[in-house]
Amino acid sequence: MSVLNGVSYGLLLFMLSAGLTLIFSMMGVLNFAHASFYMLGAYFAYQFSAWSNFWVGLLFAPIVVALLGGLFERFLLRKTHKFGHVPELLVTFGLSFVILEIVQLIWGRTSVDYPIPAAMSGSLFKVFDSTFQTYRGFMMLVAILMLVALYWVIKRTRIGLAIQAALTHPETTEALGHNVPRVFALVFAGGCALAGLAGVIGGNAFITEPGMAQSVGAIIFVVIVVGGMGSLAGALIASILIGLLQTFAVGLDWSFAGAFTTLGLAVTPETFGYPLWKLKLSQVAPILPFLLLVVMLVVRPKGIMGTRDE
Amino acid sequence: MNSALKPLHFKPLNGVRIVVWSAFAFILLTLPALFTSSFAMTLLCLTGIAAVACMSYNMLLGQTGMLSFGHAVYTGLGTFVAIHAMNKIVGGWWIPMWMIPLVGGLAGLAFGALLGYVTTRKSGTPFAMITLGIGELVFASALMFPEFFGGEAGINSNRTAGKEMWVNLGLSFGPQLQVYYLIAIYLFVCTAAMYAFTLTPLGRIANAVRDNAERAEFVGYDTRLVRYLVLMASSFFAGIAGGLTAINVEAATADLLHGVRSGSYLLFTFLGGVGFFFGPIIGSVLLVFSLVVLSEYTKAWQLYVGIVFLIMVVYAPGGFSALIMLNLRRVKYGEWRKMRWPYAGMLFFGLVALWGLAAIVEMAYQLKVVEGSGAALTVARIPLNCESLTSWLIALAVLAVGGAGFEYWRRKFVAVWDAGEARIAEAIKKAEAAIV
Repeated sequence: MSVLNGVSYGLLLFMLSAGLTLIFSMMGVLNFAHASFYMLGAYFAYQFSAWSNFWVGLLFAPIVVALLGGLFERFLLRKTHKFGHVPELLVTFGLSFVILEIVQLIWGRTSVDYPIPAAMSGSLFKVFDSTFQTYRGFMMLVAILMLVALYWVIKRTRIGLAIQAALTHPETTEALGHNVPRVFALVFAGGCALAGLAGVIGGNAFITEPGMAQSVGAIIFVVIVVGGMGSLAGALIASILIGLLQTFAVGLDWSFAGAFTTLGLAVTPETFGYPLWKLKLSQVAPILPFLLLVVMLVVRPKGIMGTRDE
Repeated sequence: MNSALKPLHFKPLNGVRIVVWSAFAFILLTLPALFTSSFAMTLLCLTGIAAVACMSYNMLLGQTGMLSFGHAVYTGLGTFVAIHAMNKIVGGWWIPMWMIPLVGGLAGLAFGALLGYVTTRKSGTPFAMITLGIGELVFASALMFPEFFGGEAGINSNRTAGKEMWVNLGLSFGPQLQVYYLIAIYLFVCTAAMYAFTLTPLGRIANAVRDNAERAEFVGYDTRLVRYLVLMASSFFAGIAGGLTAINVEAATADLLHGVRSGSYLLFTFLGGVGFFFGPIIGSVLLVFSLVVLSEYTKAWQLYVGIVFLIMVVYAPGGFSALIMLNLRRVKYGEWRKMRWPYAGMLFFGLVALWGLAAIVEMAYQLKVVEGSGAALTVARIPLNCESLTSWLIALAVLAVGGAGFEYWRRKFVAVWDAGEARIAEAIKKAEAAIV
């Protein structure tokens, strides 16, 4: 059961990191505000479902987010392009700041009540005593559909061909008559749409609050580094890995102290380093992705599927 | 321009430097005489600490081109270790209280050596992401070890402890003035040390690594080692800032390690300007002003700071220090006078537009608290009502007029500025031709 929950969380992470990776590998821009677009998706979906229903939100929230992303790319990000990558990162950092404040300005500082649609609030099936919620299944379905659609767009359409070409040879692509800046804007908007879609389905599965961008933002960065910068397949593996890791860890109360006791070593509050030994795995769950990052950097700095080591 | 004719000699103590540094010391000495209120004193102390922190941050960003999202880790851990050291003094240890910032600095150095070993494996964008992850890791860990970090409540200490010990030279650190002078001395020494660092071979190679890492590597330098050494030096000074915080507020909470604080170091160092050594000092003044003064006036201060930051990144990526230096250059070539009117026009309409924007933002905030404190509010002494359509229309109209006027003058300004730039380039060419 934890496996399914972990995979559904992992797929959600992948929806976020896919857009981020696409933008990064294409434009070299790390979109610091990516998680903010995820948050905007959740809030727009909340607003749409308050006005009409969830399905309207599912359709329109990602579109609105994509529009905002495209406008941002066109009028701010593009202007910093000539200064280099650091100002580009900084402008998205500033945007994340402004989005957070505007969200608090419009929807307040506390969480909003964005419910799971009634049709999907039950459980899908039962294994032993634990239930698998229908909505989790829906999340997985949306994520997989999106994955397939993304793959199809990139590999099988003309736009996808131009995107792939612009990825590796922007000048040549431009010389062949493609409007590369527009392709960039399109990819940026598309990545934002993916983040917005993840927000729509993630916002009610978890919680829709101003802090949601920051909490998930750091994790998707870990996903990208662990998966290997710019690798979609690596991002998928890392997302599922981290999803499983976090879901499993929450349910386990293993600790070093327990392990030592099993091995026949006595661990008491007087033992040196007791505060570390007594920590349970469920308590350290929030930092596990970051520990994974550290281990990865020490063992294999280029990431799971990374090709180039700087 | 004469450099082609006269050989250069290394003179670390030249006339200009003596004047600048004496003026700096003089300002630090006399500030308490000008600002006597206790509130002003608090601001001065915070600014001094922030200046050390921002300058240490600029060793990474400005000097080596390392964009870090986790600088608060080193200042914060410095504070925690310093507070524990202060509690040892309370327990009777013979550490002079005035050396506590050094304890914080050594703690920063140690953590820089430990965490930097991992983070500096990468450069550029991956480095930025990894520092963010490490920052989250440290912040989350702090809540898991309440024995050391004191959990949500944090830990406290007492800076007046050990005042009867001879090592403290008769200083009790009870009065804020003594704390101010301690901070001022540390600020002066750290500023001088960090400036000296920029002149060392390592400081110069750091610039090379920033500008072209590939080339530096080709020449034979280990760029990763350079990044690692600079990060350790930077975290040492960050730790000193943390130790000064420990003495100044006598308490430490996990908030000190939070990513928001790291973000504000980045934001204000950038606003001050990363291209000039004194830029972060301007940044620290802005930081304390926004965090303490602006936040008194408005709840939306972070929004204003964010918008200013966005505008600066797009239109003036050199920060305020670069703006100052560019204008000084105009003065030098006698071009500044021509820009007076465009500047005045932009300033006037900019303020008008700012009022319109502020009115909209403040009314939007007021809407949230109508039930508690009513619909009436004032923006710059002008009364408004967030539930009346007239107020909203007025604000929108003012914003539109201000924005249009600003854009008009901005275009004039750009024309004047570019013309001036061409004339200056011409003047430089002539001067060079005259020498040869």
